Parts: sequence; structure tokens; C-alpha cells
Amino acid sequence: MNRKNPLPNSNPNSPNSSMQALHFLQALARIARAAPKPAHSARTRQIRHAAYASMAHSSRSSRRTWSRALLHRLRQWQQQRPGRLLTVRRRVRIVTPITSRPEEPARAETLRQLVPGGRGMEYCNLLEETADYVQCLRAQVQLMQTLLDAFSS
Amino acid sequence: MSSRRSRISEEEINELISKLQSLVPESRRRGSNRASATKLLKETCNYIKSLQREVDDLSDRLSDLMAGMDNNSAQADIIRSLLSS
Repeated sequence: MNRKNPLPNSNPNSPNSSMQALHFLQALARIARAAPKPAHSARTRQIRHAAYASMAHSSRSSRRTWSRALLHRLRQWQQQRPGRLLTVRRRVRIVTPITSRPEEPARAETLRQLVPGGRGMEYCNLLEETADYVQCLRAQVQLMQTLLDAFSS
Repeated sequence: MSSRRSRISEEEINELISKLQSLVPESRRRGSNRASATKLLKETCNYIKSLQREVDDLSDRLSDLMAGMDNNSAQADIIRSLLSS
């Protein structure tokens, strides 16, 4: 694999990654079957949507706050008109935001914005959820890269 | 929301911080100490952003690839890669 940042081995054969992979492949098959064929940008959006949905559905993550928040966000995206998938008109808060406390490191606020559902978490939970989210993200990237390599050979 | 404010020990925080450290590529080389927590969080944020950009980019490339496939070969390829992994 020709990669700029080689990922350390994160056991792609574990059951968690298999569920994530299976979910993603099923979604890809559905996208491939769609007729008439969607435009390139629409299909890209669908694939991206499927990527985040499979992350949220992997068995490791299904009980995590971030995966519930992510699924909620994905559902909001799907309800938008096709041309406006990335804008949310009404901001629906499902968690009560916790403002960063003075003793937290300065970057906690940015992290809260990046991790789905991060605004409502205690700092300790935020760290734990972040580690989990990062692992799922990495597995997803590895999966998609593997698929690309397999499809292009 | 529960109003119980549990006392999270510093030990637990440090444990989580080292777990994060082991996940984020750039930070593995440095030793672990509390003063670098801010740095670790910053690198974690950058790492998450770069992973999310990669998902976007890979989605685009997968979309390109799927554009060139007809129904039958797309499903055959997907099944083939499922079996070979």
C-alpha cells in the first residue's frame, strides 16, 4: 500500500472490525445496485454516509455516546433535500453542553467539537470516547483503502 | 442528567491520556508527562481531522471507481474482496 501515513496495525481481523466492514460492504452493494445511477457527487455523499454509519454500527461502538450522536447527525443529513445534505437548518441539541472547566487543557474544546456528542461529555469520558472514535475512524480508513486496492487490481 | 460529580482520579486521566498517546501517530515518540497533555490533545484533534479528510477523499475515489462498474461486476468485486480478506 502506498500511503503517506502508514497506520500501525490495529488488528483488522477482530470481530469489531468485521462488523464494521460487513456493514460498509452491504451499504456499498446497495449503492452499486441503485438504478438509475446517481451522479458522482451524490454517490460520493452516499458512500461517505455509509462510512460513518458503519463506524457507528460496529459492535465496539454501538453503546458509545459518540456513535449515538453520530447516528442522530446522519439521520438529520438524510432528511435534508438532496442538494443541501451538509447544511442543517435547525440546530437540534440532544445533549446539554458542558463548558470546558478551567483545569482542562486548552484543546479540550476543539476536541469536543470534533468527537460526535462531545459537548455533553465529562472530560474523562471525552478522552475515552475519543480513543474509541479514533480507533473506528482508523479502521474505516484502512477498510476503504483496502477496498480501493482490491477494486483497482 | 445525573447530578453526581464523581471524583475522577488523576491516575485515570493519565491512563486515558496514555491510551490516546498510543493511538495518535505523532505522539508515540515522545515520553509521557502531564505537561504535554495539551500537546497531545492538539495532535489528537489534528489526527481526527486528517482521518476525516481521508474518509472524504476515499469516498470520492470509491465513487470514481464505482462509476465505471456495471451492476454485475460491482457486486462480484465486492463479494470477491469480502472472501479474500
